Amino acid sequence: MPQPQPHQRRLLPPRLVRQAPLLELRGLSKRYGRIVAVQGVNLELYPGETVGIVGESGSGKSTVLRMLNLEEAADAGTYHLAVPGFTEQNLFALDRFHQRQLRIQQIGIVYQQPHMGLRMQATSGGNVAERLIMAGERRFATLRRAASDALASSEFPADRIDDPPAVLSGGMQQRVQLAKAIALRPALLLLDEPTTGLDVSIQALVLDTLLRLRRERQITTLIVSHDLGVIRTLADRVLVMRHGAVVECGLTDQILDDPQHPYTQQLVSARL
Amino acid sequence: MPLLQVEDLSKNFVIHALGRTIPAFQGVSFTLEAGSLLLIRGPNGAGKSSLLRCLYRTYLPDGGRAIYATADGTIDLASAADVDIALLRRTEIGHVTQFLRPRPRVTALDLVAEPLLVAGHSLAEAREAAADWLGSLGLKAAIWQAYPSTFSGGEQQKINLARAMIAPRRLLLLDEPTAALDPDARAALRSRISTLKAAGVAMIGVFHHPEDIAGLIDVEFHVA
Repeated sequence: MPQPQPHQRRLLPPRLVRQAPLLELRGLSKRYGRIVAVQGVNLELYPGETVGIVGESGSGKSTVLRMLNLEEAADAGTYHLAVPGFTEQNLFALDRFHQRQLRIQQIGIVYQQPHMGLRMQATSGGNVAERLIMAGERRFATLRRAASDALASSEFPADRIDDPPAVLSGGMQQRVQLAKAIALRPALLLLDEPTTGLDVSIQALVLDTLLRLRRERQITTLIVSHDLGVIRTLADRVLVMRHGAVVECGLTDQILDDPQHPYTQQLVSARL
Repeated sequence: MPLLQVEDLSKNFVIHALGRTIPAFQGVSFTLEAGSLLLIRGPNGAGKSSLLRCLYRTYLPDGGRAIYATADGTIDLASAADVDIALLRRTEIGHVTQFLRPRPRVTALDLVAEPLLVAGHSLAEAREAAADWLGSLGLKAAIWQAYPSTFSGGEQQKINLARAMIAPRRLLLLDEPTAALDPDARAALRSRISTLKAAGVAMIGVFHHPEDIAGLIDVEFHVA
């Protein structure tokens, strides 16, 4: 009988998928003083796929997401997005003006905490329109229409467009964030625990909206969550992070049903 | 060239917490032609389902090859990139499992229609095909718009089958598809399998009662 040995079977490079990755991240590292938050993370996202990052609190998964959103600087690593005007550039090396321009046009994000992504006292429609204004749109009618289109796509009720997020339920607040994130049809959607803290039935509705959006817009998505059920529902592939490093990656069902790494086995078996 | 050529495929589960290796199956070799149905036989625990899961890559095989002739060149399912496998799952290879994973607030009809929506069909087309499948398997139309999490095992299995088989596939992996089905549904499934075979779809199946598909089996493979 073969002896137990930890191994990650080496797989071939893609052959059927001939498109280049939309996102390529190499050697991403980040320290806070003496604490290593992220070390040597590599990641490719192919056009239209949804990839999940799982791991316990403090594994570095949300830090990776914030660096991909260019809201936090990396200590080391290169980051490429195959979008017009930026294809050959290491996005970490861009100046602040171009980083902001890229972020507005090509990256949408939904945070676990709505107040991180929204102005809670402004109207919901205004929150979405703000994104369009930042991109240079000034015509009121266009703004109003684009905002209501994005809100409708995220299945936000039309009659509440003038309500501020502060008076909305958690599920509705996430829909406003989602509408804001997709309003400019970005190439990349980042989701940071988008349904954590919502009631289970509301969570299901938000997940369904995300699935429909992915189908209709083929938007390339990276989702960070500690909820393996959410990951199973949404992600095609998964990266498992521990202590800032990726310990295993694979197809979502393979990671959950046939985990290879000792840590992943422990994480998966800890499910209730 | 065969559609699938499996050579010396093996799978062991390494359970790190126990410091143990549990063998699933070793040295599996067979070939499969388009339009044929291969029956996997063997006692409980012989690794029949594990073999199907290895071909679908829910399990990662740890030895051997599974050379599959895609519509776009051959590829080794045992070592192909994850993104290639994900693509094949959307376009060519289907896996009929024994259990449905219902999602809250998604109706039976829409759960079945979903793979066609993913493949780019309109909602109306997808729902029509889903209704056709559910109707032929004998799921009461009254519950098509209900949420399947509270359905009986047999009803859930009908939805599961329809969902797994609705999109056009070149290779179907069938894991006990007739379990929990009533006689009418078993007959309906048999007729669907026969139609798919005639259309050139290859199938590998584990059947607790192979008599359900008597006359449709082209090859048998025994796992020890």
